[in-house]
Amino acid sequence: MSTVLTPVLTKFWDHPQSWTLETYEANEGYQALRAALQKDPADLVAMAKDSGLRGRGGAGFPTGMKWGFLPPPDGGPRYLVVNADESEPGTCKDIPLLMAAPQFLIEGMAITSFAIGCNHAFVYLRGEVVHVYRRLMRAVEEAYAKGYLGKNILGSGFDLDITVHAGAGAYICGEETALLDSLEGRRGQPRLKPPFPAVAGLYARPTVVNNVESIASIPPIVLHGADWFSGMGTERSQGFGIFSLSGHVARPGQYEAPLGITLRELIDMAGGMRNGHRLKFWTPGGSSTPIFTDAHLDVPLDFESVAKEGSMLGTRALQIFDETTSVVHAVARWTEFYQHESCGKCTPCREGTFWLKQIMNRLENGQGHEGDIEKLDDICDNILGRAFCALGDGATSPVTSAIQYFREEFEQGMTTPWYELFPPERSTLFAKESQPA
Amino acid sequence: MSNDTFHGEAPLHHQTPLQASEEPYADDVLEQLRTDAAAIIARYPQKRSALLPMLHLVQSVDGYVTGRGVHFCAEQLDLTTAEVSGVATFYTQYKRHPNGEYTVGVCTNTLCAIMGGDQIFDEVSEHLGVGHDETTADGKITLERVECNAACDFAPVVMVNWEFFDNQTPDSTKDIVDRLRAGEEVAPTRGPRSVCSFKHVSRVLAGFPDGLADEGVGAGEASVRGTLLAREQGWTAPGDERADTSASPAAQAEEGLAPGRHTSVNAGTNAPDELPKSKEDGQ
Repeated sequence: MSTVLTPVLTKFWDHPQSWTLETYEANEGYQALRAALQKDPADLVAMAKDSGLRGRGGAGFPTGMKWGFLPPPDGGPRYLVVNADESEPGTCKDIPLLMAAPQFLIEGMAITSFAIGCNHAFVYLRGEVVHVYRRLMRAVEEAYAKGYLGKNILGSGFDLDITVHAGAGAYICGEETALLDSLEGRRGQPRLKPPFPAVAGLYARPTVVNNVESIASIPPIVLHGADWFSGMGTERSQGFGIFSLSGHVARPGQYEAPLGITLRELIDMAGGMRNGHRLKFWTPGGSSTPIFTDAHLDVPLDFESVAKEGSMLGTRALQIFDETTSVVHAVARWTEFYQHESCGKCTPCREGTFWLKQIMNRLENGQGHEGDIEKLDDICDNILGRAFCALGDGATSPVTSAIQYFREEFEQGMTTPWYELFPPERSTLFAKESQPA
Repeated sequence: MSNDTFHGEAPLHHQTPLQASEEPYADDVLEQLRTDAAAIIARYPQKRSALLPMLHLVQSVDGYVTGRGVHFCAEQLDLTTAEVSGVATFYTQYKRHPNGEYTVGVCTNTLCAIMGGDQIFDEVSEHLGVGHDETTADGKITLERVECNAACDFAPVVMVNWEFFDNQTPDSTKDIVDRLRAGEEVAPTRGPRSVCSFKHVSRVLAGFPDGLADEGVGAGEASVRGTLLAREQGWTAPGDERADTSASPAAQAEEGLAPGRHTSVNAGTNAPDELPKSKEDGQ
């Protein structure tokens, strides 16, 4: 039985005014908040746990469990911070969600804040998407005007303010503690854990940091029940998620489906590979997740199955590359990205990514040295698990996985530049256009 | 390769020091800055949080992070200028030398690069005669390579002042920069009716809405492919047989507030004192 799409968050994105509060209310909007405000906050936390919702920002940590880690109220402030710093290469789900239907997030934040006892919540949006920032600010404004935010929300006695904050261009701020430092007006560098944000987060107060899609999934869960959500997906990866297909497929885009759908099914929905080409390699969840090949087409895209095959579900950012693509070149470019975005706080990542970049650059240019492949593996081994945060670990994923599956291409990098082996004009979207000499 | 329209001096290299402008703000400008800064500070429980938006605010006035802007932020937030500079130099959106009226950022991260971003960058760079982080002599265009901008299903992507230009080709991007330099209005694929100036956009990023939120599409073509396919096939989430998304408010009211099949019990998935075992959140 093949899997079908389950549009929930993406259901009305094609509405001509999809982003307005009016459209959202016509699509069950804010019914969940009304219901939630009648409940005991502890029941809402339990509901989030029971639903099986796992963080949609990459690591897949159970959302309700994160809420449950907050210490008992001590009379001081507690914060909800939404991570909208979507920057992982290949990941492109939160930004369209916030542009098309931002009220899912605002309602989810209101419910979550009520559940955890927070009266001031924040959205940390990456700064490089100005129209999304406009839409988010407008969504907050509309929600205040309708009494869904502010003082005594819907007569419940519950108060909530939301501040939407724009970052300024730094991938590392997607790491939750770097995000908190950035939100505090500092350089975005990760903090040592513990203490975890649940204990000492924003302004050293108990804080929940959740991804946009995680929080946006809360209103439908409250409205339709934890069982409804956990009835979708697989046994341990429950519910639905947005799968983002990009690259060499006929119809790249956002496909909302139960976890456990396969790439074969998704590519089929996306009209197949582009004409006359075949799958070579892909990322299951962004560039920080080890690459897969055409041997993994039938791996269920859930947390456990993907992990069992040696990668991670990550953000369901499926970047698809066909046989025209040089894996060495692709990995070299990702490596440059990690080197550029390394915050410099810890040595393995700061120095390691810099070394990886140099070696990858000579391999892509056909100038690799004897022993370079072993050196790449060795450097990766010295970064993985030794870096301060997951950025360093992520930097090693494309390198080690590409060597594992395409070692012969790295060996060709000793003698032949990537662009001779894989002429770049064959890979472009506009392959018919004239090429520069 | 940089512009000289701001100071009429020698071209400013990309390593122009941060303290390039120490000229005091005019009284009226300073007054407005103080008013805006107060509004920003009021959004946060602690005022240092206002620093990032305030640096965007400085760019909305000066076109880059000037020395006087750094002093202003330090003064308003009780920080040292070293602390402010340390933050300003960490983030790529803060410019350390005068920026063009339009930042044209070509995504050259792996996926966009392979889908054509590299060729777009090379051709546009040649067309404009400037390289990465350089500005045309007329002060109009600053060209940049940018990292993944979360629009991979629209690759190759070009950002102009952080508005989306989807599915670009070398020719389409050259046309955009030509029209921007000619002072024409240029519409993003997903964004307001036309691209605003760098200073204008910087003010929005400081958290001051410009009233353009309702312009433009909700979602682009790629974003809604799954939505449309599901509707065409009659695929829905369980319990959701309504294919029509424009249900009337009356019908909504009839459905009432039933919380569905909610049967949650406190299952104690984790004990109150249990701690996370691994890094909690990825990128």
